[in-house]
Amino acid sequence: MSASPEPKIQLMDVHKRFGHKVVLDGLNLTVGKGESVVVIGGSGTGKSVMLKSVLGLLTPEKGSIKVDGEEVIGLGLSDRERVMKKFGMLFQGGALFDSLKVWENVAFGLIQGLKMDRAKARDIAFEKLAQVGLTAEVGELGPAELSGGMQKRVGLARAIAASPEIIFFDEPTTGLDPIMADVINNLIVKCVKELGASALSITHDMASARKIADRIAMIYKGKIIWDGPVADIDKAENPYVDQFIHGRAEGPIKMEVKV
Amino acid sequence: MLDFVTTVGRVILAFLMATGRLALFTVNALFHLFTPPFYPRLIAKQMIDIGYYSLPVVGLTTIFSGMVLALQSYTGFARFSAEGAVSTVVVLSMTRELGPVLAGLMVAGRIGASMAAEIGTMRVTEQIDALVTLSTNPMKYLVAPRILAGLTMLPILVLVGDIIGVFGGYVISIYKLGFNPATYLTKTYEYLEFMDVFSGLVKAAVFGFIIALMGCYNGYNSKGGAQGVGAATTNAVVSASILILIFNYIITELFFAR
Repeated sequence: MSASPEPKIQLMDVHKRFGHKVVLDGLNLTVGKGESVVVIGGSGTGKSVMLKSVLGLLTPEKGSIKVDGEEVIGLGLSDRERVMKKFGMLFQGGALFDSLKVWENVAFGLIQGLKMDRAKARDIAFEKLAQVGLTAEVGELGPAELSGGMQKRVGLARAIAASPEIIFFDEPTTGLDPIMADVINNLIVKCVKELGASALSITHDMASARKIADRIAMIYKGKIIWDGPVADIDKAENPYVDQFIHGRAEGPIKMEVKV
Repeated sequence: MLDFVTTVGRVILAFLMATGRLALFTVNALFHLFTPPFYPRLIAKQMIDIGYYSLPVVGLTTIFSGMVLALQSYTGFARFSAEGAVSTVVVLSMTRELGPVLAGLMVAGRIGASMAAEIGTMRVTEQIDALVTLSTNPMKYLVAPRILAGLTMLPILVLVGDIIGVFGGYVISIYKLGFNPATYLTKTYEYLEFMDVFSGLVKAAVFGFIIALMGCYNGYNSKGGAQGVGAATTNAVVSASILILIFNYIITELFFAR
């Protein structure tokens, strides 16, 4: 799928530091309309901070983040809530609300965010649960009663419940067995395609990245060091990308391991 | 010498930063308390949690305190033949001081800790971030209902606690110390003024606000995993208890200082 001229999300020269630690160091990235971009990179390279900066959970010191051409850094409360209605997010650990039933979790954005009638939101929640392969009985359970894979599926159902224009996936397959990981990858591809949404995912699972991405970008030390179509990643001729996708300890990326 | 100055400076800066963060959080919480959307279901749930489920612990604390108060004041006053003042001492001590302070400290332990643990767990498991992505303001959804419930339920709890405490003193005075029931009750009413009860209820409202605020603040700002949530819980109870004792003095001074 090719990107349209005006990007859905555009990050330009984004800088973020915590104390003396520079996490984002002039990051540039665009996500086109209907495009699925996966950002790969090791732990601590700034992937999560990048996502949280777009969502307004963290505020960068410098740079620009635009969603549909609108600058989102420094937005006021009501504008932020308006922009957030475009987003859905699948969190790494699911981040399901333990105090609510599974269906209430899925319907949460519809009831609280879109002020939908509870009964109608309940019907949509069960529909979305069915879409990710979960039965109505699961909807009546609490999140603590579900396995990791089921929690991820509920998280996915919650992310797509309000039919968002943009969906973020934070390490969608981490902690899952390879078969369940593939099930989640297939669901992500299916849901994103059905909604026609733009997707931005972060992962260090290459199998997942190859499956869900139209385009892959690699982040290293707070910068995008390679960006290209998924088919080009194996011929990237970038030593950092090469080391990462083959999972080699030797190469330009040095892990700080004390023995 | 330079090291010492650096350390002192660092401590002072850390204190000022913490005070500033708490002040901003308080202003933010108060703003969201009065601006829509409101969440009646959540407010009702918190009111039941704080008000109804704290009744046993507050009731037990105040009844035994009332009983001890009657026994101790009788022992003291008997030394100069002023046993008749027992009922007055019990009712004034309960309504002005013991009711609000004991209820405040007990609820700080019960509710402040659970608020910090619940919100802290939500923070470290990214549930608070999830609220934001679902177009829901966590200050409105989590903090405002708890503060409103604390502010309104503590005075009701204290009023019930006052009655139970006075009843405890009455039981001991009548059945153990041999007071005449009618005389005891008459003396209880005779010296009790509106301001004695009212000041206690004002204290209770302030303490309820403090308990909810410290529970929410510490939980909301917890970091790390289980250890961070544990620290937030401890800080919520300790800071709320200390602030309750400080504000108890300040409010007493405001109401009764001549």
